[in-house]
Amino acid sequence: MTHQQLSMFDPALLRPALLDSVRKLSPRVQWRNPVMCVVYLGSILVTLLWLAALAGHAEAPAGFILGVALWLWFTVLFANFAEALAEGRGKAQAASLRAAKQRVLAKKLSAPRRSAGYELLESSGLRAGDAVLVEAGDVIPGDGEVLAGVASVDESAITGESAPVIRESGGDFSAVTGGTRVLSDWIVVRITANPGEAFLDRMIAMVEGARRQKTPNEIALTILLVALTLVFLLVVVTLLPFSLFAVDVSGAGAPVGITALVALLVCLIPTTIGGLLSAIGVAGMSRLMRVNVIATSGRAVEAAGDVDVLLLDKTGTITLGNRQATAFLPAPGVSEAELADAAQFASLADETPEGRSIVVLAKQRFNLRQRALGDHGIGFVPFTAQTRMSGVDCDGRAIRKGAADAVRTYIGTLGGHFPAEVERSVEDVARRGATPLVVADGARVLGVVELKDIVKGGIKERFADLRAMGIKTVMITGDNRLTAAAIAAEAGVDDFLAEATPEAKLALIRATQAEGRLVAMTGDGTNDAPALAQADVAVAMNTGTQAAKEAGNMVDLDSNPTKLIEIVEIGKQLLMTRGALTTFSVANDLAKYFAILPAVFVATYPQLAALDVMRLGSPQSAILSAVIFNALVIVFLIPLALRGVRYRATGAARLLRDNLLIYGLGGLIAPFAGIKLIDMMLNLL
Amino acid sequence: MTSNAYVQLALYLTLLGLLAWPLGRYLADVMAGRSRVVTGPLGGIERACYRLAGIDAEQEMDWKRYALAVLLFSLIGTLFTYALQRAQGWLPLNPQGFGAVSPDSAFNTAVSFVANTNWQGYAGESTMSHLTQMLALAVQNFLSAATGIAVVYALIRGLARHGAATVGNFWVDLTRATLYVLLPLSLLLAVLLVGQGVIQNFDADRSAQTVTTVHYPQARLDAHGTPLRDAAGQVLTDTLSTRSQVLSQGPVASQEAIKMLGTNGGGFFNANSAHPYENPTPLSNLMQMLAILLIPAALCFAFGREVGDIRQGWAILAAMALLFVVFALAAIWAEQQGNPTWGALGVDQAAATWQAGGNMEGKETRFGIVASALFATITTAASCGAVNAMHDSFTALGGLVPMWLMQLGEVVFGGVGSGLYGMLVFALLAVFIAGLMIGRTPEYLGKKIEAFDIKMVALVILATPTLVLAGTALALLVEPGRAGILNPGGHGFSEVLYALSSAANNNGSAFAGLSANTPFYNVLLGLAMWFGRFAVIVPVLAIAGSLAAKPRLAVTAGTLPTHGPLFVLLLIGAVVLVGALTYVPALALGPVAEHLALRES
Repeated sequence: MTHQQLSMFDPALLRPALLDSVRKLSPRVQWRNPVMCVVYLGSILVTLLWLAALAGHAEAPAGFILGVALWLWFTVLFANFAEALAEGRGKAQAASLRAAKQRVLAKKLSAPRRSAGYELLESSGLRAGDAVLVEAGDVIPGDGEVLAGVASVDESAITGESAPVIRESGGDFSAVTGGTRVLSDWIVVRITANPGEAFLDRMIAMVEGARRQKTPNEIALTILLVALTLVFLLVVVTLLPFSLFAVDVSGAGAPVGITALVALLVCLIPTTIGGLLSAIGVAGMSRLMRVNVIATSGRAVEAAGDVDVLLLDKTGTITLGNRQATAFLPAPGVSEAELADAAQFASLADETPEGRSIVVLAKQRFNLRQRALGDHGIGFVPFTAQTRMSGVDCDGRAIRKGAADAVRTYIGTLGGHFPAEVERSVEDVARRGATPLVVADGARVLGVVELKDIVKGGIKERFADLRAMGIKTVMITGDNRLTAAAIAAEAGVDDFLAEATPEAKLALIRATQAEGRLVAMTGDGTNDAPALAQADVAVAMNTGTQAAKEAGNMVDLDSNPTKLIEIVEIGKQLLMTRGALTTFSVANDLAKYFAILPAVFVATYPQLAALDVMRLGSPQSAILSAVIFNALVIVFLIPLALRGVRYRATGAARLLRDNLLIYGLGGLIAPFAGIKLIDMMLNLL
Repeated sequence: MTSNAYVQLALYLTLLGLLAWPLGRYLADVMAGRSRVVTGPLGGIERACYRLAGIDAEQEMDWKRYALAVLLFSLIGTLFTYALQRAQGWLPLNPQGFGAVSPDSAFNTAVSFVANTNWQGYAGESTMSHLTQMLALAVQNFLSAATGIAVVYALIRGLARHGAATVGNFWVDLTRATLYVLLPLSLLLAVLLVGQGVIQNFDADRSAQTVTTVHYPQARLDAHGTPLRDAAGQVLTDTLSTRSQVLSQGPVASQEAIKMLGTNGGGFFNANSAHPYENPTPLSNLMQMLAILLIPAALCFAFGREVGDIRQGWAILAAMALLFVVFALAAIWAEQQGNPTWGALGVDQAAATWQAGGNMEGKETRFGIVASALFATITTAASCGAVNAMHDSFTALGGLVPMWLMQLGEVVFGGVGSGLYGMLVFALLAVFIAGLMIGRTPEYLGKKIEAFDIKMVALVILATPTLVLAGTALALLVEPGRAGILNPGGHGFSEVLYALSSAANNNGSAFAGLSANTPFYNVLLGLAMWFGRFAVIVPVLAIAGSLAAKPRLAVTAGTLPTHGPLFVLLLIGAVVLVGALTYVPALALGPVAEHLALRES
């Protein structure tokens, strides 16, 4: 973090940002930000007044008008600078992405088979539905789905992760991303996106902020800022006739000048938030990008702040990815070593982490070596969704391991007996939150292997934080209720969904939303797609299928399900920063009234000098100080806008109280001190 | 400050609370049709009304139809009130034989009563026939108040419902508010007032012989009713003397009751509640003060019940009450302080057993400082506008209190219905700005506040300041506007600012000192009243429609609590900040400049 914060004001980012802030003076850019557009027009008006003053039509001393004009221009430039700086960081990220998007030659197949002939084609000429051949060393020319073949793919251009990943046809690992490189073997890919619509294109557009759409809350806030600007425009415009009348009836002083009125207007309208609003939005996106998450819309980032319920997959999020064998519980009449031996034998060909952990445990406990395969004339029985068992057949023995009910059914068909003691062990293991794996040799049940889920360190505290924030966590698992309840209790989640199917997941999301709660979830498989599409914040794993990525509104490049918590925090931080700066901006106005009103009316009504509580040097220095403070406060708040308001996990009531004190009360008081200080310096000069 | 002030204020608030709580429950029940009153015999009248008018009471309206009904109904009411004033010369119950009211005054008055403002450019006893008072003005007192209740109910439904396309039926809301709430309460109050000596008859004026000859100055007016001035700009006056006094008569009590209960404020007599026939005793004064804030306070409780969380109603009421106490104490303090100039001359202005002390100019001795300042605060906190003392004669700061209360948008209790819907709009605004600071997109009562809602909130917040500031600027710029100003300097400016603030915020009280019964002011203030009322009502109904359609989100530890002390302070902060940022420059040039000048002299 420290490193990244330092780089916020990296010279490499500052220089182009300075240049950009001048470039953004173009009326076409200014027009897009109504609040700053008023400042922009005010700057032009006061500059014209200064030129008029030089030509002899002075409404105030030319030096004073010039001072106000310059600082008004600075106000515009500072706001431009904030936006340019935020965009610059995004652009830097986009540039590295764009490097991946080199023009490549695609091998377009005439039919979706490897054997079919191909023609070489620019990747930009590919359309959705085309089939291409990608061989070792080739860059994948576009987003697509693997139709045939298996290949290892280097996706570091997208994820930053250097270890290659396997992509194969069918299943959950069939999606490939344009710009990544095939390292070995070959695949036939069906292109799923037209040029310019690919994942990489969308990512670049998002982080660059060039085609950034305003988010719903940003639009609403802009409307409010425009309304405030209109109120102040009204206040300032009507002040002229009020002043004319006052001068008329009191016979003293002179009507308030246009320069002073423009200065008052600019000080009053919410320039602080108006100037920093888009920078806050761009910076929020950029913070997400830094944790390697790409949001496909700004709306999703805002929604992340609103989330009430997190649906978290047990595996990988709450527990370490793989369960580990921790105990052998033999059936009556079977020794532990015999069970361990059979279990290890049945797991030899099992490449899953669970299978390996059984082999390791047997080795540790009974020093059973891993037997060389081929000694026994072995036939491996792989795990299938139908049998839900795996094992080995050799020397007439048929050793099987699997879930208790699967083994029970299997034993039943063989006419065997499932001992009550084993049944009890199964229940005990399940109640402890572990997974029981029953091992059988033919029709004889040997016992139970206990596979334990290891809950991630620190996750319980994380959930407690979430609870304090009012966010409920629900663990999703395929385990049975007993197992799920035990792990849920150990991890400290609020609720769990056991024996989860995609349908149950979708139903849970719908039911939660019907209660008026916003739901966030992660998913990777194609069967997650309906639930992802239904959830308010849906984070698809980058390793997931194309369908999952399309259904979600964010993609996690690290494919780390725990990231959901960070995403929620970033969403909240974005909204808090917006609220804090709006409150600060509006609260600032009171002090500016105390600075400017006595200054412009003291000649007409001398008694109004009593309102000059800051005892400012002169009417002109008072006005100038307020304008300078107003401009400088934008610069001072740029780091806050880019970094975001510090976020703490605590209840809404406390957060509001603390932030109101800091940004509300602080916003009322700070300008009194700031304006006084600037006024003292001006009068020293 | 005298202990009298604290005792009166505490007594007032205690009685108000005790009366408003049961009324709130009753209001919620009858408006929802749950009460046995509605299903009982009185309900027969309601159902007969619908049959007569061909209204299907079950048919609900979306917000657009609701708004259209409000606008059409008010327009027809305006035309009727205008026509009756113009035709009163030919109609019965006109013992004084008054002729038609001038077109501009009739327009102003018609809009004024329909918009629940009851700004009175005319003097009732020398302009309006008994028939006009009863059939045009008193009827609008009922209907404009009922319209306010109907509109706030549409908004409450918007907050309470979810996924709904409709916000209620305007005709049903209007009928129930009138039939079950306003009529019975008015009947009760009218009888109580008669008991205190308020008159109720159809007689012509009576003449009485005064004990001594009375001399009095009167401003010389030109043909348009504008005061003539000498070369120095001072108003020319003639001194007249008389030994007889005209005592105007009429059906006063019946109109007085709804004038207060409906926060209308339009007096039968020009002197309004300072007149002994309208407000004869301290007890009648207390009843009137209670009547003004009774329904606005009760509506807060009804709101809490409707949204299913009475604490929400308490929070809104607490914000209103806190603001009210601060303003009331400020006004009483300023008036009890008296005039700084007199203090410098060594005049004893302290309260003592035999004198009220303070600034008694323009106040009735039977009410004194506290009851007058308290009345002024109540009448401008609510958009009532009845007066029992002349606000023009208040000290500069004492006059600032009623003026700023109106400029806050009449949300400190406010008008019947309009006060609560105004305050709820401020609640949306407060939640929108500060709610972001808890890291969620803003929501109030489980409703997300989105771009459309905030656009409507912005329209509401913009409407009255535009009318007040632009209207004041216009009046100061053009000759007919400047001609009506009676006093010099900052005070003259305050008079115009007060008139526009009063009209645009639908209060109706006058600072006096401004000759406002001229075509210019009648038209300007008439427009300010119309748009001050309906340019707020339409966006409020749009918010109601938009909120009704939204889902209601669940409350968690992560949602902003809108029932605690923090929210109350936040709401107060939003009201005061918007009011201050909009009006500080104008107030600085008016009452503040005036006060500082007095203090220095």
